[in-house]
Amino acid sequence: MVVAQPPSRSPTRETGAAADVLRVANLGVRLDHVPILEDVSFHVRRGTTLAIVGPNGAGKTTLFRVLLGLVPHTGTVEWSGPVRVGYVPQHFVVTDVPITVRDFLGFKSEAGFEESLAAVGLEGGVLRKRLDILSGGEMQRVLIAWAVLDRPNVLLFDEPTATVDIGSEDMLYEALNRLEKESNITVLLITHDIHIASQYSDAVLALNRTVRFFGAPSRLSEPDLLMEIFGSGSGLAEHKHDFGSRGFR
Amino acid sequence: MTDAAAYSLVAGISVGFAAGYVGSLMVLKRMALVGDALSHVALPGLALGILFNFNPFFGAFAFLFSAAVLTWYIEKTTKLFPESIIGVLFVTALAVGILLTPEVDLLEALFGDITTVSLVDALLAVGISAPIVVVARLVYRRVVLGILSEELARSTGINVALVNFVYLFLVTLVVAVGIKIVGTVLVGALVVVPAAAMKNVSRNLSSYALLSGLTGTASAGSGILLANYLGLPAGPLVVSIGTAIFAGALVADRIAS
Repeated sequence: MVVAQPPSRSPTRETGAAADVLRVANLGVRLDHVPILEDVSFHVRRGTTLAIVGPNGAGKTTLFRVLLGLVPHTGTVEWSGPVRVGYVPQHFVVTDVPITVRDFLGFKSEAGFEESLAAVGLEGGVLRKRLDILSGGEMQRVLIAWAVLDRPNVLLFDEPTATVDIGSEDMLYEALNRLEKESNITVLLITHDIHIASQYSDAVLALNRTVRFFGAPSRLSEPDLLMEIFGSGSGLAEHKHDFGSRGFR
Repeated sequence: MTDAAAYSLVAGISVGFAAGYVGSLMVLKRMALVGDALSHVALPGLALGILFNFNPFFGAFAFLFSAAVLTWYIEKTTKLFPESIIGVLFVTALAVGILLTPEVDLLEALFGDITTVSLVDALLAVGISAPIVVVARLVYRRVVLGILSEELARSTGINVALVNFVYLFLVTLVVAVGIKIVGTVLVGALVVVPAAAMKNVSRNLSSYALLSGLTGTASAGSGILLANYLGLPAGPLVVSIGTAIFAGALVADRIAS
């Protein structure tokens, strides 16, 4: 395991444990007696973005399930202060059901629909649309609108662009970028995209059952480190995005 | 109209609405055939009611509820799909039920008999259907979110297992009261057909639930009236009218799109 201290981009931020919104120590998960995660430790500073990378089956989604309290585990998971978590799952396919966007958002809250949709670049008219006729990009943005509906201070995104094309992917990250800037929320982002991980996060956690790397995203450009994380066959995708100097932060 | 016909109409209208309303969730959960199979589990309970001279509703409900709990528990603790579990329970219950039910009463148990609906049966139907709809409305959105994504539902604090249990309880209740109207063989249709008819023509979730209930009421009410007028069994007519509405909705959806 390679461990480096993730940099804090703001010199005025709190330092040490007090600035952490999440501390995970010696986390272990076994499903059907098979170890999925072992001895995983990391921390996340408030208002920063942690990218979580690793090959398929590395335990990334399981880690999110632990953070959401859905999976029994050993070790400790400590959230600091009042935490409201918004979550966007990896798989969310809706087919042939008479549920509108308004119905869906109404499952979580009674108001604030237009505001949440505007935050992800959608107009109020989409509220009347049925979920099963939305495009992949619209669906993902509706999911993000759902996640931010009750003004969370932590967002968990499990490959938010896995099912959308490159054009929609750029729009989604622009929306995320805007949200993060405006709301100072902490983001945990599972991604297969090495460019997103290295360019738009404050820290990277590389998992493959155990922690293979936890540190600054700039280190992801080192071939030796990538070899350490992913072995000879890199499991990461790399797409070109053009956000200019806006960055993810 | 005879007293029995009036009682059966009241029972049919109330049970029809409850069955359609709860059935709208079954169709979304893709449990349409599971609901049909589950209804047959009531047969041994009906047989015990007939044999020991108590209201067969209670026997049917006891067996349905036990089957639902067993299904829920096995599904929760094993990797078996509900279809497989209910499939096994269904054939077993049907076999035991046919062995237990006296031959003269078998036809009524299988296909219902509205000519024997009493005032108590009608009151029981209304008294059970109303709370079914109220509770279903309370858990409706939570069940649907659990259907869309269990993880998403659980991440918002919904106890998906508990909500599913409540929902299964409602299904068993509505099937148990529906048996008197259309019998064990056809009660699955009372639950499934209205929702299947309204799924594609509904613009949103609220209208889908409401229209499913109203379609259930319309098919049960008109089926019973027609049966009374023609002197035919109500069950098949209720289901046939539901199927006609389903076909009409299908055509309307095609034309609209």
